Amino acid sequence: MELDLILNTIARALAFSTPLLWAALGEIYAERSGVVNLGVEGMMVMGAVVGFMVGQATGIPYLALLVAALVGALMGLAHAFFSITLNANQFVSGLALTIFGLGLSGLLGRSYVGQPLQVPMKSVTVPFLSDIPLLGQALFTDQKLLTYAGLIVALLLYFVLNYTRWGMTLRSVGESPRAADTAGIPVNRVRYIAVAFGGLLAGVAGAYLSLAYRPSWGEGMTNGMGWIALALTIFALWDPLRAIGASFLFGAFFYLSFTKLQTVIAPELLTMMPYIMTIVALTVIALGQGKRAFGAPEALGLPYHRGER
Amino acid sequence: MVLSATESPPATIPHRLSMKGITKRFPGVLANDNVSFDVRPGEVHALLGENGAGKTTLMNILYGIYQADSGSMSINGKPVQFRSPKDAMREGIGLVAQHFHLARRHSVAENIGLGLGGTHFFYPVRALETQIKTLGETYGLAVDPKAKVWQLSPGEQQRVEILKALIQGAKILILDEPTSVLTPQEAESLFAVLRRMRAEGEAVIFISHKLDEVMEIADRITVLRKGAVVTSMDKAEASPELLAQHMMGKAVAPLRPKTKPPVAKNVLELKNVSVKNKRGMNALKSVSFELHHGEILGVAGVAGNGQAELIEILTGLHQPNEGQIMLDGKDITSLNAKGLFEAGVAHIPEDRNHMGVVPSMTVSENLVLRQYRYPPFVQMGLLNWAKVNSFAQSSIKDYQIATPSRDTLTRLLSGGNVQKVILARELSGEPRLVVAAHPTYGLDVSATALTHDLLLKQRERGAGVLLVSEDLDELLKLADRILVLFAGELMGVVDAATTSRETIGLLMVGRRAAA
Repeated sequence: MELDLILNTIARALAFSTPLLWAALGEIYAERSGVVNLGVEGMMVMGAVVGFMVGQATGIPYLALLVAALVGALMGLAHAFFSITLNANQFVSGLALTIFGLGLSGLLGRSYVGQPLQVPMKSVTVPFLSDIPLLGQALFTDQKLLTYAGLIVALLLYFVLNYTRWGMTLRSVGESPRAADTAGIPVNRVRYIAVAFGGLLAGVAGAYLSLAYRPSWGEGMTNGMGWIALALTIFALWDPLRAIGASFLFGAFFYLSFTKLQTVIAPELLTMMPYIMTIVALTVIALGQGKRAFGAPEALGLPYHRGER
Repeated sequence: MVLSATESPPATIPHRLSMKGITKRFPGVLANDNVSFDVRPGEVHALLGENGAGKTTLMNILYGIYQADSGSMSINGKPVQFRSPKDAMREGIGLVAQHFHLARRHSVAENIGLGLGGTHFFYPVRALETQIKTLGETYGLAVDPKAKVWQLSPGEQQRVEILKALIQGAKILILDEPTSVLTPQEAESLFAVLRRMRAEGEAVIFISHKLDEVMEIADRITVLRKGAVVTSMDKAEASPELLAQHMMGKAVAPLRPKTKPPVAKNVLELKNVSVKNKRGMNALKSVSFELHHGEILGVAGVAGNGQAELIEILTGLHQPNEGQIMLDGKDITSLNAKGLFEAGVAHIPEDRNHMGVVPSMTVSENLVLRQYRYPPFVQMGLLNWAKVNSFAQSSIKDYQIATPSRDTLTRLLSGGNVQKVILARELSGEPRLVVAAHPTYGLDVSATALTHDLLLKQRERGAGVLLVSEDLDELLKLADRILVLFAGELMGVVDAATTSRETIGLLMVGRRAAA
């Protein structure tokens, strides 16, 4: 009984961690290029509603996922345009994106509220691995393809970031845009691509919710997950690999806040945990010697203009 | 204007670079006025001028950061036009900027490999590491390719910048004020590198406002003043006096002579003072010395040997962990910055834009940044603007602060004028002790002369002046005595009139003269 509860918690935490991981991976790439995008929540919720609409109309969930991803990327581009080209404050532009996304998604999805999705994404059970005692049941039974895809994408992004020329370019733009510029790298173009890519992944994260996790639409169905993804980006110290473990942890807190545990611990305390842990992590880094090695990208949040000192 | 195109032997040594009639306007400023400039292979060509003479603008045009309004450039006789640094790099131009363009958290190899064509897509820096080592050995630019940039000293970071330019295939290397961040030893090894590059046939453009280093390293010297070329000459024809005249457009005023000897009475006394720095290490180890009234005491040492901490404890930014500090016989050990100011300690800080002024406030406001809380500037808790403004007006006149008005934002002033604002504020109250940290760093010749004159005036008035500087010539010229710090220890105090550079140099590296 106790064991079942634990295994079930692990399985649900994994399912819950999936949208957090996708969205955080996107934000990690955007922030490693030096651009903060507080619009994650808005991009996710738009991904969710558009994904549901396309899924309902076509009955092809993976087409719906693609469209949702493109909508996310488009919103990322909008943020890039405002904050990079028009030089608007990144935080204001990102917040506006979230408010805009929440409002527009509510309007678009009004007639879909309460409908079940005709063709949701199927659950998969991994052959052989699901036969592993205990862990097989917890991690490899009845999960969504996007859950495993997220883990693979995280590994891939980690490798690209640290061991390829693209990754070096991206990191340099976020650490020292001037160094990148004088090395002949088009700083703003790299930032545009990174922010759009971040939006793309946020769109996937949102679509996972409405096409797979809970195949339906409800207004504001992201329920603050975009903000958790932002905290996660920091908690993972801008590293895709650490984001895997961190998203699982945050997913577990999120799940536990709905369970019977709420009779013992207030659910608000559990949903608060990601933010508290992020603050603690930041404090520990700031106190230790690790700031240089683990801190935020040095040019994070700073616009770049050639010729200014 | 002297155009060297007519002087150089035709065809035999083609110009590596030739800039003709370059003009660049910024709103309200003519930064470059019909400038012509050229460099031959195997030559170090110095571009000399005061701050704001247009040296950096000219080089930014050459490096594709700015585009000239008119004029033309050619490389090896071929006309070129640069829209971006990438274009300039492609034609073999490398820039080592005054403020390094490095990602501090990345490794040396990652910084060098950035934007380098021909690096492998996967593991782009792996092959570079050996290349960095070999090239480093060829030119004497040793640096560990795996080290992170933030772990390196400024001198090492500069080596990374030079290596970066060389690996990118630079045939014309621009160095913008390269020695401003270096210790004398590091500057010496930079010059050794430049001599090797010259021998290899590279062309080097050396931007500086320091006459002695230009005389040491340059083959040809072009002097800029107010955006225009004043003269261009071979080193053989040049002398420091001649160059200074060209730079400033007038004869250098001689230093105010020291008329009075110091009074044998202590204004400042340190007794066994020890300070721990942020990392908990002893930055000053049981330091004791005295400073007399009417004396300038120089503090020499390689950067990072305790000078910063000494300044901090004397200006109330940090408290010593042990020992006692006396000002005119009174214990001031535990006073903070405000208390020390009230006790008569003036502070001319090292980082003038961050510690000396509030850049986004006006010249008037910055001139009373210390005094505004005392009468006559404040009455019954209200600022007396009439008094503030009249004080500002007279300071601007007395200290020759070049500012459009007293209400101009301080950040719009040049470095020399910001320093004058600080000097006017700090010295107006007739302090007993003046703590001056690198007061002429980055200043042009005339602002330097004014600063020196003001410090000597304070000395004559009977104040004690503690002058911390990395410029040994400045110390030898101004100071009565010079104390030398090494690894937080007081190595010795020497008489400036009788000592030699060699004696101080040995003390600076921790060697006491054999008794």
